[in-house]
Amino acid sequence: MPLIHRKKPQTPPSEEVVAPDEDSQKKPPHESSSSSKTHKKSNGGGKWSCVDSCCWFIGCVCVTWWFLLFLYNAMPASFPQYVTERITGPLPDPPGVKLKKEGLKAQHPVVFIPGIVTGGLELWEGKQCADGLFRKRLWGGTFGEVYKRPLCWVEHMSLDNETGLDPDGIRVRAVSGLVAADYFAPGYFVWAVLIANLAHIGYEEKNMYMAAYDWRLSFQNTEVRDQTLSRMKSNIELMVSTNGGKKAVIVPHSMGVLYFLHFMKWVEEPAPMGGGGGPDWCAKYIKAVMNIGGPFLGVPKAVSGLFSAEAKDVAVARAIAPGFLDTDIFRLQTLQHIMRMTRTWDSTMSMLPKGGDTIWGGLDWSPEKGHTCCGKKQKRNETCGEAGENGVSKIKPANYGRMISFGKEIAEAAPSEINNIDFRGAVKGQSFPNHTCRDVWTEYHDMGIAGIKAIAEYKVYTADAVIDLLHYVAPKMMARGSAHFSYGIADDLDDPKYKDPKYWSNPLETKLPNAPEMEIYSLYGVGIPTERAYVYKLNQSPDSCIPFQIFTSAHEEDEDSCLKAGVYNVDGDETVPVLSAGYMCAKAWRGKTRFNPSGIKTYVREYNHSPPANLLEGRGTQSGAHVDIMGNFALIEDIMRVAAGGNGSEIGHDQVYSGIYEWSDRIDLKL
Amino acid sequence: MPPLLRFRKLSFSEDTVNPTAKQQTTTEKPKRRRAGRCSCVDSCCWAIGYLCTAWWLLLFLYHSVPVPAMLQAPESPGTRLSRDGVKALHPVILVPGIVTGGLELWEGRPCAEGLFRKRLWGASFTEILRRPLCWLEHLSLDSETGLDPPGIRVRAVPGLVAADYFVPCYFAWAVLIENLAKIGYEGKNLHMASYDWRLSFHNTEVRDQSLSRLKSKIELMYATNGYKKVVVVPHSMGAIYFLHFLKWVETPLPDGGGGGPGWCAKHVKAVVNIGPAFLGVPKAVSNLLSAEGKDMAYARSLAPGLLDSELLKLQTLEHLMRMSHSWDSIVSLLPKGGEAIWGDLDSHTKEGHSFIDSKRKLSQSNLHRQNDSVRPESWVKEPAKYGRFIAFGKRASEVPSAQLNPLNIKELLRSDVISNDSTSCRQFWSEYSEISRESIVKVAENTAYTATTVLDLLRFIAPKMMKRAEAHFSHGIAEDLDDPKYGHYKYWSNPLETKLPDAPEMEMYSLYGVGIPTERSYIYKLTTTPSSKCKSSIPFRIDGSVDGDDDIYLKGGTRFVDGDESVPVISAGFMCAKGWRGKTRFNPSGMETYVREYKHKPPGSLLESRGMESGSHVDIMGNVGLIEDVLRIASGASGQEIGGDRVYSNVMKMSETVSIKL
Repeated sequence: MPLIHRKKPQTPPSEEVVAPDEDSQKKPPHESSSSSKTHKKSNGGGKWSCVDSCCWFIGCVCVTWWFLLFLYNAMPASFPQYVTERITGPLPDPPGVKLKKEGLKAQHPVVFIPGIVTGGLELWEGKQCADGLFRKRLWGGTFGEVYKRPLCWVEHMSLDNETGLDPDGIRVRAVSGLVAADYFAPGYFVWAVLIANLAHIGYEEKNMYMAAYDWRLSFQNTEVRDQTLSRMKSNIELMVSTNGGKKAVIVPHSMGVLYFLHFMKWVEEPAPMGGGGGPDWCAKYIKAVMNIGGPFLGVPKAVSGLFSAEAKDVAVARAIAPGFLDTDIFRLQTLQHIMRMTRTWDSTMSMLPKGGDTIWGGLDWSPEKGHTCCGKKQKRNETCGEAGENGVSKIKPANYGRMISFGKEIAEAAPSEINNIDFRGAVKGQSFPNHTCRDVWTEYHDMGIAGIKAIAEYKVYTADAVIDLLHYVAPKMMARGSAHFSYGIADDLDDPKYKDPKYWSNPLETKLPNAPEMEIYSLYGVGIPTERAYVYKLNQSPDSCIPFQIFTSAHEEDEDSCLKAGVYNVDGDETVPVLSAGYMCAKAWRGKTRFNPSGIKTYVREYNHSPPANLLEGRGTQSGAHVDIMGNFALIEDIMRVAAGGNGSEIGHDQVYSGIYEWSDRIDLKL
Repeated sequence: MPPLLRFRKLSFSEDTVNPTAKQQTTTEKPKRRRAGRCSCVDSCCWAIGYLCTAWWLLLFLYHSVPVPAMLQAPESPGTRLSRDGVKALHPVILVPGIVTGGLELWEGRPCAEGLFRKRLWGASFTEILRRPLCWLEHLSLDSETGLDPPGIRVRAVPGLVAADYFVPCYFAWAVLIENLAKIGYEGKNLHMASYDWRLSFHNTEVRDQSLSRLKSKIELMYATNGYKKVVVVPHSMGAIYFLHFLKWVETPLPDGGGGGPGWCAKHVKAVVNIGPAFLGVPKAVSNLLSAEGKDMAYARSLAPGLLDSELLKLQTLEHLMRMSHSWDSIVSLLPKGGEAIWGDLDSHTKEGHSFIDSKRKLSQSNLHRQNDSVRPESWVKEPAKYGRFIAFGKRASEVPSAQLNPLNIKELLRSDVISNDSTSCRQFWSEYSEISRESIVKVAENTAYTATTVLDLLRFIAPKMMKRAEAHFSHGIAEDLDDPKYGHYKYWSNPLETKLPDAPEMEMYSLYGVGIPTERSYIYKLTTTPSSKCKSSIPFRIDGSVDGDDDIYLKGGTRFVDGDESVPVISAGFMCAKGWRGKTRFNPSGMETYVREYKHKPPGSLLESRGMESGSHVDIMGNVGLIEDVLRIASGASGQEIGGDRVYSNVMKMSETVSIKL
């Protein structure tokens, strides 16, 4: 751009006036294209050919473009803010400025732990096709390479599907430092707002640390391959000692929450398996863990992601333009490629729903029973509240416990009407209807028609059955994954088998460390419909390689229904349902329980979602959405107060808008 | 950007141009134009459009045409070694030098709004052009403490990005990193120890705990890479920074890192110094004295008056000087060892010899192009007196010392009277304005200064700066290294005042380029023409008009010796060639030292850009020979295995003539 820019001012003066006359006189027989128009122009501005008008038009567009660009750059930086203030009234001070005025100062070192997807990945060694991308971002940044060389990109982002580690000759590593996840793509902040606000009260590189890790790997493998856990331990120790012995405040987001649970267990475990920090490491080094949008008990989204590589967004797109995504135009097979890639990532399996039917509900009940999806309409529609109370009979209550059901009728039927034919023993046939899919590795082609039928006939899957289902449809992937993750509930936490690292990231199968002074927060957004259960159908299309897809035409006439485009929604932050984010802190860890033997204090802080009032606000300062919540002023203020030495009771204990307590009480779990 | 533009163009042209072209026949269109509308604007637009299209076409062709085999870069050392089975073994720590590391803003004044965590130093430097004064203010340090000014926090960029490219496309470490990656290095065993290079070394620990971080990082990498010792690769000032670290880490808490006396022996395999400025660089003197170096003096002689004029009220040099005087680190680069190393008023080490030889070979490509006809014996008759660092006037640089003005600068009093009557000059913080004109003249009258007295001169001229900085750095030679005073941190970065750690298995390398004229001493003059408004606040200037007629080391007021363009051979090579060789008092445990020189070969063609065999101070990091050596050491080879010493200059002979107690 700058280059073009510079070209322009130099040449026009010389060309514009002189070219028509001089050119034609001095060298009449010039090259074909350039001379033809100068020629034509010279004889009295004669014929203005198509090429000329094209050029003219491009010139016009460029000039206006540059002019606008110039205006934009010359505009004082405070102009957008001024406009916003005129329209919406004065903006509140960002929390950093506000708290600085209150006299808060940086106290405890802060460690950020990014979640899945948001961390950048860069190339260190690649195949031929990735020439010139050394230390360039493959994930994050502009994603320019996805368009330029999509297959090459998929190949480099995939892991080995046997080991879950690097394929031969490819090394893709996490970007390190704060840049790893401050912006996901240019202009789309993740941690940047929080970092900027912390900097206001005196934080900088030496007391802030982004524990970036390769989020594609299983947690234990990040240590095996990159020694990420060791680095994190060493960095926390260093920061605590260079900041005058002040304990660290840990701020994990999304999957980072599970990663840090794993870390806390790992660090106190003796050396060969763990970090050898001794039984009081956490008590010595950690002041508080402030989990943002933590999927402690997994997310239903992960199920649909692994089962058919689609979630709400894809399902909606499919409903709008049916056939588009499934066709083989351009031989893209986008979904299949994505599926093949994501299935090599062990980490996606860490997010599968944990705790089975006990937590997520069975065929005929679920903790969120009776929830009505008024959500955003509450403000507009005052009758909603009544409908929620006495209109329960009118609106069929959603059976959230049925995480996957084939057909809408099944999703609503009474449990007695469903007769399940067990799929688990069904023989996988050799014949698959579609042979063109061989080059795409999804394991579906190993299953055969019989297997697919058996799955569809089972009709309804609860959280427990979903795990079995995945074991059935993707045995290789699950075999690899279940060596690293576990989804159950422990009967006896002192059983020596729970020393295995695969249990460390499951809050229902580990104890919290012995650190009574530590605090655990769960901060998450509420008020946004969040995927909870799916209605599936068999995919009849012969072109597709994925035999199942979300039944997008499953709608409820009623506006308030939770069923939208084949997806049952519940309260949450768009990704994580309230139950998953809040249950541990609201109930299972509260007080002295078997999961929390030392009685670490827990706090639940919810942030009600209110969408940005207008476009100028960008992504809003009161958002509750999974990633946008990191720009939520209230949440930032809470984190800063804790980082500056506050504790849970000083920032206001619990703050609850959803029915998390009620729902938690319905869960029958030995504590 | 171009693709976006192109998109716009296509969609628009299809939408609007084609329909009109179809509806109104092609004959109608010219009519419209002919009706006096084919104006200047139209043809302007046309020309721009034409240019843009041509440009895009060329760009497209450039990208789509495969690189011809002829132009393809030769195989990089990393690829070759990786095929030979060389694998990553020891973790590698890179320590960048002065200037090359990026700095970013963490807290600033209102004028720097929107620059949070943007680079102020490094990358594109766009902010200098946009808001120069604001930029200067933020990069300056507090002139009293040498730390942050209140309300401003500028910090070093962490990680490999800190110094891989200094500005886009101008690599510093990038080539070396890429080659290391080829044999298997990655984030977990490759670390860039970036630090704020403006601060004194001790202050990097006080403010940022940089030394503690480096220690913890080395220990971590040692432990997570199967207890393999680290290979440290410092560059330029990083070499003395790491010397400081070696001493700091074994000193007990709270002054040091508390690593204990065996720390270096346990954790460090080798220190591979690239272009190390062990004994300082003469450049630093001229920089502090008048904020100029060879390039500046050269420019001034081409266009006298341009830089000095107050056109646009820029006063660039004064601003630069004010900024660099607030940086303690520059003082660390002042010549160390005084006259014993750098020569006294009469001595003339034979630094010129090999320089001449190499000079003749590459005379075509250097700035001494006109000197082809120089009679080679001319330099024998009148050996240049390099010992005179700063000489006022050419005569003072040549006459026997007896004829010089015997001035004891320490006795000269700074007058309290502010001679500068013009108030408009007062706004610049330069201690020159506090010295009376008379004493300046006295200082400059037919005098010459050696490496020792130059420090006195600086102390006289900039007492505050030197006072601040000399609390952190020392430039002498120790009489008795066991004197307890040498426990003070200000001596740690001076190789002549510290002992190397007790680590007999450690290896010290000095890799540097030779064959490029390097600044060694200067001829100064007083600025006699006060500019219109006020007296220029820098009273001394390099006398750019002084050229040696038959003396080819002298050019533009600067005398040159052999070196890598920034660091003279004596500074880079002496310690490893003599000061530390064998068991000496500076190297009590007798660790091995190696000197490896790389002869400068300018790039053969433009296509080679900065050359694969360059020897110049920064470009040497792209030198294939050097990269191969570093890679081999990192993968476990010892100094003997890579070939021991490799010397082209006469550093060995030169070192012989230096007589210090070893």
